[in-house]
Amino acid sequence: MARVVVDVMLKPEILDPQGQAVQRALPRLGFEGITDVRQGKRFELDLAGPVDEAAIARIREIAGTFLANTVIEDFEVRVEELADAPGAATGSAGDNAAEEGAVR
Amino acid sequence: MTIRVGVVTFPGSLDDRDAARAVKLAGAEPVALWHGDKDLHQVDAVILPGGFSYGDYLRCGAIARFSPVMETIIAGAHEGLPVLGICNGFQVLCESHLLPGALTRNDHLHFVCRDQRLRVENTSTAWTGDFAPAAEITIPLKNGEGGYVADEATLDELEAEGRVVFRYLDVNPNGSRRDIAGITNAAGNVVGLMPHPEHAVEALTGPTTDGLPFFTSVLKKLVA
Repeated sequence: MARVVVDVMLKPEILDPQGQAVQRALPRLGFEGITDVRQGKRFELDLAGPVDEAAIARIREIAGTFLANTVIEDFEVRVEELADAPGAATGSAGDNAAEEGAVR
Repeated sequence: MTIRVGVVTFPGSLDDRDAARAVKLAGAEPVALWHGDKDLHQVDAVILPGGFSYGDYLRCGAIARFSPVMETIIAGAHEGLPVLGICNGFQVLCESHLLPGALTRNDHLHFVCRDQRLRVENTSTAWTGDFAPAAEITIPLKNGEGGYVADEATLDELEAEGRVVFRYLDVNPNGSRRDIAGITNAAGNVVGLMPHPEHAVEALTGPTTDGLPFFTSVLKKLVA
């Protein structure tokens, strides 16, 4: 089994009041020096088949049309090697598969 | 001939009954449409009501946009079917790309529930023809994610083409860019707004009856 992770973040120019609320709470908890917090979403998609180019292309389509609203959000797709998968984990997971989402 | 106005019920819709009642008070026949049914049952116009469709999981309106009924509504809207999206319905219209931009969390993070003053800035849409030009109205506003955003080029285009239909007066309740409360598509048949005209159609239950012209406007448009 293979897993593909889709990270969705609000575009930098879009106000993130939730992230700001988190950031403002940090000093109260004794955590100083955090100047900004942005909050996003992480989706973990488990695939029945292999993670080949076609599968990644399909997931990019899912991310761009459904998981993210590209009017206000960017997304990033990367492959995560699962520890129990045969022949897993040589090097960090899927650096080369990371791609920026399409910007409208 | 009675004009038939469809009101869609998604799982999680809240204001479908009020919208149907407003349609009836305006003199048309409300027709209940179901999210899982592609058939629009020969309606002449469609209202997407307020609420929390599909729990608003993922993003407000994001899942509703892919429901079977929306497939037919999106196709119809491109051919001129009048569609009004109120609150969650506005969010569904943006997610469907029938209207540009998106609705984001209120900048102050609070849920807003108030009687809101608005200016009607475009009276040539299918849903605003019965308003006097630049009419100022008061109708309820209630949402947690009503901040209208779009890129500067889109905002400029909306302004230049007169497609900002409603603008907040007195206060900007949610951080919407340029005080935008509602917009239309280029053809004027698709209109979306965050405030709720269907809650302002009778003196007994609403702050005003300023919402009624939305529903009478579309009737006149359809018989004209």
